[in-house]
Amino acid sequence: MTAALAYQTLAEAQKNLHQRVFSARALVQAFQERITAYQSLNAFITECPEHALQAADVADARFAKGEARALEGIPLAIKDIFCTKGVRTTAGSNMLKGFVPPYESTVTQKLLDAGAIFLGKTNMDEFAMGSSNSTSAFGCAVSPWKRTSDGKSLVPGGSSGGSAAATAAHLCAGAMGTDTGGSIRQPAAFCGITGIKPTYGRCSRFGVIALASSLDQAGPMTKTVQDAAILLEIISGYDPQDSTSACVEVPHFEAEIGASIKGLRVGIPKEYQVEGMSMELRQLWDTGAQWLKDAGAEIVSVSLPSTPYALPAYYIINPAEASSNFARYDGVRFSHRTSKAEDLWDLYERSRAEGFGKEVKRRIFIGTYVLSAGYFEAYYVKARKVQALIRQEFLEAFKNVDVLLAPTTPTGAFAQDEEPKDPVTMYLNDVLTVTVNLAGLPAISVPAGLTQEKTPLGLQLIAPHFREDFLFRTGSVLESCARFPFWKEG
Amino acid sequence: MAPSSRRSWEIVIGLEVHAQVLSQSKLFSSAPTTFGASPNTQVSFIDAAFPGMLPVLNSACVDQAIKTGLGLHAKINLSSIFERKNYFYPDLPAGYQISQYQHPIVGEGWLEIEPNPGEAKRIGIERLHLEQDAGKSLHDLSPQATYVDLNRAGVALMEIVTKPDMRSSSEAIAFLKKLRMLLRYLGTCDGNMEEGSLRADVNISVHQPGTPLGTRAEIKNVNSMRFIAQAIDFEMHRQIDLLESGVCVVQETRLFDASTGETRSMRDKENAQDYRYFPDPDLLPLCLDKEHIETLRRNLPELPDLKRQRLMETFGLSAYDADLIVSEPEYAAYYEAALKVLCASCGENVSTSQQAKILANWFLGDFFAHLNHTDVSFETTPITPTRLAGLIYLILTEIISGKIAKDVFSFMETEEGTAEEIVARHGLQQMTDTKAIESIVHDVLTREADHVAAYKAGKDKLFGYFVGQIMKATQGKANPQTVNVLLKKLLG
Repeated sequence: MTAALAYQTLAEAQKNLHQRVFSARALVQAFQERITAYQSLNAFITECPEHALQAADVADARFAKGEARALEGIPLAIKDIFCTKGVRTTAGSNMLKGFVPPYESTVTQKLLDAGAIFLGKTNMDEFAMGSSNSTSAFGCAVSPWKRTSDGKSLVPGGSSGGSAAATAAHLCAGAMGTDTGGSIRQPAAFCGITGIKPTYGRCSRFGVIALASSLDQAGPMTKTVQDAAILLEIISGYDPQDSTSACVEVPHFEAEIGASIKGLRVGIPKEYQVEGMSMELRQLWDTGAQWLKDAGAEIVSVSLPSTPYALPAYYIINPAEASSNFARYDGVRFSHRTSKAEDLWDLYERSRAEGFGKEVKRRIFIGTYVLSAGYFEAYYVKARKVQALIRQEFLEAFKNVDVLLAPTTPTGAFAQDEEPKDPVTMYLNDVLTVTVNLAGLPAISVPAGLTQEKTPLGLQLIAPHFREDFLFRTGSVLESCARFPFWKEG
Repeated sequence: MAPSSRRSWEIVIGLEVHAQVLSQSKLFSSAPTTFGASPNTQVSFIDAAFPGMLPVLNSACVDQAIKTGLGLHAKINLSSIFERKNYFYPDLPAGYQISQYQHPIVGEGWLEIEPNPGEAKRIGIERLHLEQDAGKSLHDLSPQATYVDLNRAGVALMEIVTKPDMRSSSEAIAFLKKLRMLLRYLGTCDGNMEEGSLRADVNISVHQPGTPLGTRAEIKNVNSMRFIAQAIDFEMHRQIDLLESGVCVVQETRLFDASTGETRSMRDKENAQDYRYFPDPDLLPLCLDKEHIETLRRNLPELPDLKRQRLMETFGLSAYDADLIVSEPEYAAYYEAALKVLCASCGENVSTSQQAKILANWFLGDFFAHLNHTDVSFETTPITPTRLAGLIYLILTEIISGKIAKDVFSFMETEEGTAEEIVARHGLQQMTDTKAIESIVHDVLTREADHVAAYKAGKDKLFGYFVGQIMKATQGKANPQTVNVLLKKLLG
C-alpha cells in the first residue's frame, strides 16, 4: 500500500486526494516511511516530520470542508537552497549549518499557499556548486539506481541531487530545485526524472540563496512532464521583491500535455555533438528526433557556432558573481563564526576558511581573480561578450525552429568512486546545459532511455524565452514515446 | 628647477560630495531612514544582507537624484547602471556597496559661485551618481570590541563630483555652501553636516600656471566647512613645500586630523583597494522616461539664484538683504509669506519696494534677534509671518511708530492676538490728531521757556531736546513727523 501511494505521479495523487481516495495524512505517512527506509540515499539534510503531519491534518480538514486548494496535501521535497521560515536552511554548507531563516522564499510561499506540504529540505552540492552532490557538507546524496554489471551506486548528479534522488526513489510527490548551469536538468537526467529550468525571470529568486544571480532559476523536479507543468504554473509569476522577475502572463501549462506537435519545427544543434558523448546518447538523440518526426514535427539541423565557448564563459561569470554574493558570509551575522579570532581580519579569514568547502573556495578565488583590476577586461568583459553572442545565436536559431533537441548530458550517471578528480573534467558535465542559462532560456530534461547498464539517460528540449508551453507539449510527446521505466524496488 | 616664489603656485581643487538623499526609506529596502533612532532598529533583512534577499530600487530616491541633476544644469542619463563595489568591512553587510560606476544617472553640469561680491564663477560638475551608504562602526563603546549599527546601511547617497575648477579654499567653501543651499531648496538633502548628511572628500594638487596639473592627493574624513578650509590650506602648503624642496607629491589618500589641523597618509592597505566593480546582477539597468524627467523639471521649486534675482528686481532689495534672505529656504519661505500678507493688506497705498525693504529690516533685525535670544525656531515661533506682516502694516499706515513697534514686537512674543489687538490692548496707538499734539507741544514749550529762548538765540541743537520731551509726554505715541512740523511752526 505504502509503495502504491508513493509510486503515483503528482497528478494522480492530486486527483485521488480530491476524490478522497486516501487522506493527506496517509500520503504523508507513506512518504515518511520511505524516507526512513531510504536514509542511505542521504537525500535530505533536514526532515520536518511533525510539521508535515500537522500540515496534512490541515489539508484533510480543508478537503472535508470542500476548501481544498490546487496542491492541497501534496507532499514535496525542497532543495535546501530555498529559505524556509523557521526551518533550517543550509545550502549544503557548514557556513549556514545553524541558519534558520526568519522569512519564506517566494517560490516556497506560493507552494504553501497552494496547499503543498514540505517533507524536508534536500541535500545539494555546497551553495549549488557541483555536478555530483559530492561537495555537500552533509555527505553525498546517492541515486537509487544501480549499475547492473557491478551493482555500484551512482551519483545523483548536482547540484539538486537530493531533490532528484528523493523524487526518483518515490520519497516525495515532487521536488523543487534550482538551476544555474544545469543543476535541475543534469540530476534529473541522472536519476531518470523530469526537470525544468524555466526562463530567467519566470520565477522569483527572492529568498533563494544566490549562487550566480544572473543565471539562477528555480524549477520543479518531478516524475512526469505533466507534474512539472502543474508545479511550474504555481511557482511562476512576477514578484515585486525580485527586480529581475518578469511581468509576463503565466499560461495554463498543464493544457499543453498531450497536445499535438504537428508542424512544430525541431532544431538539432550540431555543435552539441561534443567529444566524449557516449554512443548510447548519440543513438537516443536520433531516436528522440525520430519520435518527434513521427508525431508530425519537422526536424531541422541548426548551427550554434559559439557553443564551444559557453563553458569557459560560464566558468568566469558564475565564479565572478559567486565571489561577490558570498562576501556576506563573513562570520559577523548569521554565518559560521570561528571561535579563535584575534582581530577582525582574523575573524573573516578563519570563519571563511572553516565554513566554506574546497569547491566554494576555488570559485571565490577564480571569481575574485577575473574581476580584479588588470584582468577584468580580459576575462569578465570578454565572457559577457561571449554570453551576448550565444544569446544572439539562439535568437537567430529560433527564427527557424520552435524548440531544440539535444541530450542533457554527454554521458549517463557515473559511480561515486568514478567521479573525475580534477575540476575541469567535472565541469565538462555541464557542457550541454550551461548555454541555456547564459541565454536565459527555458529547457526541460525528460527521461528518455536507459544505458546497457540499465541506468537513466535524459533528452533536453530548449525553447525561446517564455515558451515553456513548447517544452511541455514536446516533452510530453517524448515521454509517451519513451515509456521510460521509473525506478522501482527489487 | 629654479627656486620659485610661493606666489607662482596655483592650487587646483576638485570635490567629491556625498549628500544623503532625503527619502522616507532606503535606496533598496523599505526600512526607514530617520536619524538618531536606537541602533539597529531601522534595518531590514535586505540591509543586513541575509541570504536570498534582493535589492529593489526606491524610485523616490531616483527622483531626488534627477531633481538634483536638473538643479545642477546637468545632463540626465536615460540609462544608468548599478554596480557592486566589493570590499570587506563589518558595517558593509553584503561585502559590497551598490553604487554607480561607469554609467551614472547624472552627467556633466555646473553651479555658479560668487567668490567675491559681484564676481561670478562657474564650477563644472563631472557627474552625480546614486549609491548606498554604509552602516557605522562604533570603536569607542568598548576597549575590546567594535559595535556595528546598521541603521544607516543602505540609505541613499548622491555622490556629486566636481571638475577641478576651484583655486582656493574659499572657492571650495563657496561651492559647498552654494551646493548645500541648492540641495535644501530642492528638498533632496537636508545639508546637515553635523549629522553627516553632507560630507566631502577633497582632491588637491598644485602646479604653476601654464604647466600640466600636478599629482593630486585625496583628503577624506573632513566633516565641517571650517575643517575643509583648514585641510585644503594645510595640504596646499605641504605640497608646495615638497615641490620646492625637489620632492614629488605622491598620489594617495590622506586623512584630515581635526585635532592637529593636519593631513596624514592612510596606510598602504587602505590605499591599495581593488574594488572589483561589476554590474549588479540583481538589478536591471535603470531606464528613465523623458516625459517623467520633464514633469520633474516643470515642478522644480524656484531655485536660489532666480529667487535672489527676483527679490532684487521686483522688490528692489539690496544684494546684501537678498543674499541673506535666500541663504536658507526657510528664511525665504518665511519672508515671502510675510511679504505676501503685507502686500495684500497695503494694497496700492504703499509701494511694494517700501514694504519689502521695511519687512526685510524687521525680518533680518528684530525677528532674527528674537530667534537668537529665545528657544524657538521657524516652526515654533509665535511670531508667524502673518503676525509680523500685521505689525509692519501698522507702521506703514502710521498707526504706530517704529519705536512703539519694537514694544509691540516684544508683547507679541508672549501675548496672543494680532499686532493691532496688542496695540489696542496696551493703548499704543500713535497720536495723529494734530490738535491734540499741538496742545502738548504748546504745553512743553511753555514749560521749557528758558530753553526756547536759548534755541531762539541760536542753539539749534535744542530742537532734538524738544522732540524728546514731547515724545516723553506722549509716551512715544505722537507721530514724529507731525511733531516736527508743529515744533518748527511754533518755534517760529
